Amino acid sequence: MSAAGAEAAGEIGGRPAPLLTVRVDRKVYRKARTEAVEAVRGLAFDLHAGEITCLIGPSGAGKTTTLRILLGLDRDFEGAVMPEPSQVGIAMVFQDPRLLPWRTIEQNVRLGLPRERRTRALDELFESLGLSPWRAHYPGALSLGMQRRVALARALALEPRILVLDEPFVSLDDAAAASLRALVVQAVARSGTSVLMVTHNVAEAIEIADRLLLVSPRPAHLLASLSLDRPRTERDRAWGDATRRTLAARFPGIVAQ
Amino acid sequence: MALLARLLSLGVLLALWQGVSAYADTRTLPAPSAVLAFVLREAETGGLFFNVGVTLGRVAISFVIAMSLGVLLGIALGRSRLADRLLDTPLLVVLNTPALVITVLAYVWLGLTETAAIVAVALNKLPNVAVIMREGARGLDPGLEEMATTYRFDRRTWIAHVLLPQLQPFMVAAARSGISLAWKIVLVVELLGRPNGVGFAINYYFTLFDVTAVIGYSLVFMSVMLAIDAFLLQPLDAHVRRWR
Repeated sequence: MSAAGAEAAGEIGGRPAPLLTVRVDRKVYRKARTEAVEAVRGLAFDLHAGEITCLIGPSGAGKTTTLRILLGLDRDFEGAVMPEPSQVGIAMVFQDPRLLPWRTIEQNVRLGLPRERRTRALDELFESLGLSPWRAHYPGALSLGMQRRVALARALALEPRILVLDEPFVSLDDAAAASLRALVVQAVARSGTSVLMVTHNVAEAIEIADRLLLVSPRPAHLLASLSLDRPRTERDRAWGDATRRTLAARFPGIVAQ
Repeated sequence: MALLARLLSLGVLLALWQGVSAYADTRTLPAPSAVLAFVLREAETGGLFFNVGVTLGRVAISFVIAMSLGVLLGIALGRSRLADRLLDTPLLVVLNTPALVITVLAYVWLGLTETAAIVAVALNKLPNVAVIMREGARGLDPGLEEMATTYRFDRRTWIAHVLLPQLQPFMVAAARSGISLAWKIVLVVELLGRPNGVGFAINYYFTLFDVTAVIGYSLVFMSVMLAIDAFLLQPLDAHVRRWR
């Protein structure tokens, strides 16, 4: 498997055990009367506490499929997710916010919690995401950027050990994307959450990721797992551009010049 | 403005009626004033309230039965392909059976009883409710389903906050179309086999060729049903759409 070499190069020895180990050997979609489509062939990675991992690949490369497997939504695949996803504490922010339009912002966040924790105090969370004035409003009254914040609030309210984000910043203007990105980074810094973010925006990934997972076109397999060791605060535009050019030279099909 | 236009059209209609009736035979087309006089007289004797009350009771009971069974059936049809395949044909059969046939058969099989009357009305309305609810249950947002699974919504939470809110507009539509269907059918059912109610009264005055009474009864009952729609069902509709 081509992933093996890259995986070894990117890993640092002597780390604590991963929160989640994902190994998808093969995932095939079979639909009646159409040809079977192989979405994933050999994609394995670990998620560690306090680390932001970005999964980068061309669109239609089976990234969302991988997320569905990792969340335990799709169990029809060859491979394993260890431990059982429902036991780990994974919260998800979908690409479209997927809020309940007939419930208020606050109800949306509370309904994501298990019944016994629904009444917990959320003032601090709403405050930190700038959502306090909107708690009693319906999602339809909010912009897409604000709705994504609500979706993030719903995920963070669970106090997850792993936060999964599927293209969370697409179709946002630069300012809204930057502020949402900052909120995610803050959340990781505060509680040591492990973040897995799927994106096809390489510049964005280089800005915040601790590790990049580069995925090939369909059927998806891992091309490389690369650690970005420079602290996030010291990453400037020049460093970002240089990193991106290096990646583009090594993986021309995946990372654009 | 909208209300004014409505009142204006109503006024024109009444004036037209009054005008034409002046030239027509009063036995076949009585004047609005004569109909009003009949309604007041019938209200005084109490016959009007009794008959309208009895009919409203039948509409209410059969409405509740048809709505609750129809909603459950519709959800089952919309959610399960097997249920849909098994029950689609019987549903189509009942849907296309004339109301009169269902009514006659109900009276033949259950006797000329109150139960038969209510079953007949409910059975006439149920397929419509089921068909509307099936459309609703088929159109559930798969994104929200996935969200609910990911966030491990328990069954109660899912029903109350994901399923029902998506079905509510369909329920209100089924209720509004259903209630107008129910009150039209209930009169036929009463006419055929009940000793009281608006349908019975209309049939009774028809045999006497008392057109004034026939028009009077139908206008009163129609007004009651319009009032139920305007003051009960429309506000309910607005309520379930408040978040839009």
